[in-house]
Amino acid sequence: MLYLHNIGAYFLMIAEMFRKPTKWGVMKQLILKDIDDLIIGSLGIVAFISFFVGGVVAIQTALNISNPLIPKNLVGFATRQSIVLEFGPTFISIIMAGKVGSFITSSIGTMRVTEQIDALEVMGINSLNYLVFPKFISLLLYPFVISIAMFLGILGGMVASVYGGFSTAEDYIAGIQLDFNPFHVTYAFIKTAVFAFILATIPSFHGFYMKGGALEVGKASTTSFVWTSVVIILLNYLLTQMLLS
Amino acid sequence: MIEVKDLHKSFGGVEVLKGISTTFEKGKTNLIIGQSGSGKTVFIKCLLGLFSYEQGCISYDGKIFSELTEDQKRDLRGEIGMVFQGSALFDSLTIAQNVMFPLKMFTKQNKSEMEDRVDFVLKRVNLIDAHHKMPSEASGGMQKRVAIARAIVNNPKYLFCDEPNSGLDPKTAIIIDNLIKEITDEYDITTVINSHDMNSVMEIGEKIVFLKDGLKAWEGSKETIFKTDNEVVTDFVYSSELMKKVRQMYIEEKQ
Repeated sequence: MLYLHNIGAYFLMIAEMFRKPTKWGVMKQLILKDIDDLIIGSLGIVAFISFFVGGVVAIQTALNISNPLIPKNLVGFATRQSIVLEFGPTFISIIMAGKVGSFITSSIGTMRVTEQIDALEVMGINSLNYLVFPKFISLLLYPFVISIAMFLGILGGMVASVYGGFSTAEDYIAGIQLDFNPFHVTYAFIKTAVFAFILATIPSFHGFYMKGGALEVGKASTTSFVWTSVVIILLNYLLTQMLLS
Repeated sequence: MIEVKDLHKSFGGVEVLKGISTTFEKGKTNLIIGQSGSGKTVFIKCLLGLFSYEQGCISYDGKIFSELTEDQKRDLRGEIGMVFQGSALFDSLTIAQNVMFPLKMFTKQNKSEMEDRVDFVLKRVNLIDAHHKMPSEASGGMQKRVAIARAIVNNPKYLFCDEPNSGLDPKTAIIIDNLIKEITDEYDITTVINSHDMNSVMEIGEKIVFLKDGLKAWEGSKETIFKTDNEVVTDFVYSSELMKKVRQMYIEEKQ
């Protein structure tokens, strides 16, 4: 019953987020701040993880090819497919649920605990629009993060396979061009857009409606990470079933 | 003037406010007092519209709050200033930006007009050269002053303060109390203060509403609270040894 109540409250929150907009002059500043916190602030960790995981994917693929009849360009092909289809949109989104999601939940949750949200409401400000809408808008730039993750993942794979002696640069590049299906990129960015919405709203929901003190802010951040990850994994399955099968 | 009639509020079947009726007068410092858990904060949050209530009526100068449209409620909230118990300053904004916030949200003033107004109210609460500090760098007393400055920056008609001197040393607490009193007189606003501090009662209690277990147990002023025979009030007021001695002296003086 509580789950149903929370699902209903989540959708009501989304509807409320678009009502009674905050003054544009103020909103613009909030959006720029959130772009800095959520997008620019995540680039470092995303770049680091993407590059090295791309390298590991390439090495694992190369090490598992023992048949001499299998062409060497398969390393590039397999790395591209793994990175573009799953690692980029899904794996990075799970990492972002931890990094960005807990930041959103704890910052909004702390505002709730310290009555800052009450202060906004007493002033007649739509606190959901003020707090959640800028996060939603800034995460519209999330596909940009995923593009960088894809590029660096594939680059990391190339560096690992060339310098590890598993493949030549020519073979790897031939592999990443092999049987290229542009729809796979479209599919990846559709998933990215959906996950961006989830990353902005579920952590905000857990922060906004939390009750209690500092301990509960920590608990809300953990719960928010769990639920954001669960929803991302479920939607990943549903979108893959709908778009690729 | 704020009028409250038969206000009822429950949480999960537990009735916290059990039918409170009172008025808060314009140009006066109206105090809501009572023990912790008596319903003071719930009452003030109902007055502000932060909590809905099951029964009763709250009117601001004749405008019944529950009958207002969303736009009218927003307009009314523009006339309300609130000082929260923990100050509720926005962590990410400097002190000057915190005070400027209501002006940015609700007025069409240009930047220099807003800066002038912020300078004026910060001076009014005796805060000079604190503009660029972050709230975390300010002491408890300074944070309360900033909260008062933010509450009055938009010239409110109604000022609410939830335990404005909690966590402050007695001297700073009296300074904050007197500041609220001065502002109330200066701007002729309706001020409602939530407190359990007897010093505040003695300093600024022009009208006092005493709550006990969600009911209004007594109503009067700082002059009458010491003379009342209401046991519930005397239990609260004379709970400390010092106050017991004060009462004894009062009785002896009377005889």
